[in-house]
Amino acid sequence: MALTREQIENIAHLARLELKAAELPVYQTSLSAILDFVGELERADAGTVTPMAHPLPGLSQRLRADAVTESDLHETYQANAPQVAAGLYLVPKVIE
Amino acid sequence: MTLHLKTLSQLRAGLERKEFSSVELTRGLLERIEASQGRLNALISITREQALEDAEAADRERAAGRSGPLTGLPIVHKDIFCTAGVRTTCGSRMLDNFVSPYDATVVERLKNAGAVTLGKANMDEFAMGSSNETSFYGPVRNPWNTDLVPGGSSGGSAAVVAARLAPVATATDTGGSIRQPAALCGVTGLKPTYGRVSRYGMVAFASSLDQGGLITTTAEDAALVLHEMAGFDPRDSTSVDRPVPDYAAQLDAPLSGLKIGLLKEFFDKGLDPQNERRIRDALAVYEKLGARLREVSLPNLPLSVPAYYVVAPAECSSNLARFDGVRYGYRCSEPRDLLDLYKRSRGEGFGAEVKRRIMTGTYVLSAGYFDAYYLKAQKVRQLIAADFARAFEQVDVLMGPTTPTVAFALGAKTADPITMYLNDIYTIGANLAGLPAMSIPCGFVSNLPVGLQIVGPHFSEAKLLNVAHRYQRETDWHTQVPEAFK
Repeated sequence: MALTREQIENIAHLARLELKAAELPVYQTSLSAILDFVGELERADAGTVTPMAHPLPGLSQRLRADAVTESDLHETYQANAPQVAAGLYLVPKVIE
Repeated sequence: MTLHLKTLSQLRAGLERKEFSSVELTRGLLERIEASQGRLNALISITREQALEDAEAADRERAAGRSGPLTGLPIVHKDIFCTAGVRTTCGSRMLDNFVSPYDATVVERLKNAGAVTLGKANMDEFAMGSSNETSFYGPVRNPWNTDLVPGGSSGGSAAVVAARLAPVATATDTGGSIRQPAALCGVTGLKPTYGRVSRYGMVAFASSLDQGGLITTTAEDAALVLHEMAGFDPRDSTSVDRPVPDYAAQLDAPLSGLKIGLLKEFFDKGLDPQNERRIRDALAVYEKLGARLREVSLPNLPLSVPAYYVVAPAECSSNLARFDGVRYGYRCSEPRDLLDLYKRSRGEGFGAEVKRRIMTGTYVLSAGYFDAYYLKAQKVRQLIAADFARAFEQVDVLMGPTTPTVAFALGAKTADPITMYLNDIYTIGANLAGLPAMSIPCGFVSNLPVGLQIVGPHFSEAKLLNVAHRYQRETDWHTQVPEAFK
């Protein structure tokens, strides 16, 4: 399956990835090859099989009680943020 | 014998008998690490001061008679595990400046058991790779031959143990990332059952597959460390609440009557005939120990690589959506607007392979393709898991090669992603089915190590360690050290 340059641009946009012009043909080739490769799944006879929801049989995702367990650590966490002011994360202006 | 050549168990006994101190041991290994960096590039961060402080504290604890199971014993953590106050990069420019505010549960537990952290191991970026060549910090080199790759993604962890820079390193395995580098570097790697070891503070790649584990020189050491790492963690929703057995107590159980299944699909045309001979030799050792061999077929196993390369990228694209250039991690300079900030921060912060997987995942999850790819892959996964379950009705463990060949040259497989992906052809099945698996050294081809893979039913780690340990009592492949690091 050959993906077009436009399809790659669209996938990159959906994934919020800025690609350089030189990267586009590389991904066009390799993503097309990967989709061909995984296309092999088509020949599996899995019509009535229930898709796997958890790798351990009979288990499902555990839920915790809806209770407050964390204290306010925003200063600790925001120490890693690129830009913070008054306890808020800063981003470029969204509304003109 | 010099300290670096001792196993973790021997080092523990030596510390107990006061033959040497943790400070001496730690200092010696730090010097080995620093001297090896130019040749191996196995670590991203070396925590010298903290390590020496912790070693001093460990010596004081031991002198006061308050030692824990790993007091004063050195360890290296894969740089995917968060370490409070020490940067955690995951091998990516995206997290180059990230200092975790907390310890991963694995790090915390090993610290509580007394282990001394020497540093953080290099790895493929976000654990995506089979050769350790996708790291932002440059490739790790194989201690057996520095022109070759160590395997990946836990290439740094495997190289650290193979070069005897530390007796144990933590690692993670999503499609073979513990077992494949362990095989290519001639060390013992254990990927536990899905849910056995907490993933809290372990950077997520593919959440239905990721599992933390470890690399050591012997199964005996792996038993010792796994006992401290494993167990229920309420902070990880995939952690399973189930008692942790005394792995060390079961190591010596006799293997007479053990039923070993040979994975027919693993002895295929892709397997190098010389590697196959080493595997057959290992099986003969097991026969001598009283085990019975029979061939077992898992007909859906050949679909494991295609299924994996749908499921893993899909989950990766979802997990890595959190890197937005806003809360932590890399941010591009002078973003024009919010969209530009997202796109350029991610475009510049992620490397080529990570972007490839994010895009593959985005595509297979996009409108109109979900059923054909993700849903189909999860159905095939169920078929593969059922194949394994049927096999374990007939045999106790499954055996086969860990990899089709020995270590390959740097750059040999970077041009074609599919060729690289096929390195994990024998390891991915265990991840898809959530099973525990090991790789242990079983000989050499052209002076390069070969790994024997052992796969067991869910939560059979004690049996796997027993099976591996009995082999290591009969053979000395696991004691071989690369000439340059003796």
